[in-house]
Amino acid sequence: MSIPLRNAFRLLFLGLLLAIQPAGAVIETYEFDTELQRQRYQDFIEELRCPKCQNQNLAGSNSPISADLRRELHRLLLEGKSDTEIIDYMVSRYGEFVLYRPPLNKHTLALWIVPAGLLMLGAIAVILLLRRRTHIDTAADDENLHQQAEQVLARYQREEEK
Amino acid sequence: MGRLKLFLPLLVFIPLAILLIRALDLDPSELPSALLDKPMPGFELPSLQEPERMLRREDLVGEKMLVNVWATWCPSCMVEHPWLVKLARDYGVKIVGLNYKDERQAALGWLQRYENPFALSVYDVDGKLGLDMGVYGAPETFVVDSAGIIRFKHVGVIDDKVWQEVLQPVLQEID
Repeated sequence: MSIPLRNAFRLLFLGLLLAIQPAGAVIETYEFDTELQRQRYQDFIEELRCPKCQNQNLAGSNSPISADLRRELHRLLLEGKSDTEIIDYMVSRYGEFVLYRPPLNKHTLALWIVPAGLLMLGAIAVILLLRRRTHIDTAADDENLHQQAEQVLARYQREEEK
Repeated sequence: MGRLKLFLPLLVFIPLAILLIRALDLDPSELPSALLDKPMPGFELPSLQEPERMLRREDLVGEKMLVNVWATWCPSCMVEHPWLVKLARDYGVKIVGLNYKDERQAALGWLQRYENPFALSVYDVDGKLGLDMGVYGAPETFVVDSAGIIRFKHVGVIDDKVWQEVLQPVLQEID
């Protein structure tokens, strides 16, 4: 490869590298008073769901409504609001849809119970199957032993007759 | 008993199929409003036409109305606009416009070009009232009764079908 061509390839590669943007990067940078506030902000944008998108959290969404909610979240944190107050603020406007960790109530009961119920059903099925198998196995063993004993006995009898 | 067990997969399959078929008709992008049967939030925002005039919740509330969230950046709002004009003009529906995160000049130009169906226009440039009302896009339309209670929310375009099957019955029901 000639040197100009190689340089052209290098440039192209560099260009491609620069074009790669980390997915889900959030553009704004917010200032916080304390490290704890920053941490809580991070936790909240991971746990809160973008109302416009079907399955993205606030951290991963660049829709305008997510940007607004991040701005509000930042404002509420700086105002010294508690976690419950912030969650109430979001839920009173956008409903429980915005929570990736839904609370346990009569609407979400099925959501919480069904997976555990299915797991229990599966466990019961496995236990029943295992128990039946060992049952069959021991029955077969008994049968085997019986036959062997008969054979041994028969052999003795034959030898005595000789 | 042995034979009956063969039907077990069928017994699991049928309810699952019913559940999934029903889910086909659901629209997952339509969120129920968290503000249903709650008073419309208070606000203080400028009028779209007169920047110095501040509008408050009390300026809107009094008779039943539609509150329509719109913007010039929203293509579906363009689709719905002739319908809003028709509702206001021919059916005498009071519609309040909530101009959401838009540019004033663009919005004014739009209303001049396509006719203004709004009794009042609130200019919500930061989406502050939109946020308080749980707006997550445009167009969205709220049905508010004469006491200022939000009675219904429609997400998406208003057309003939939505008007006849959804909004008109709701408007007739409330006072």
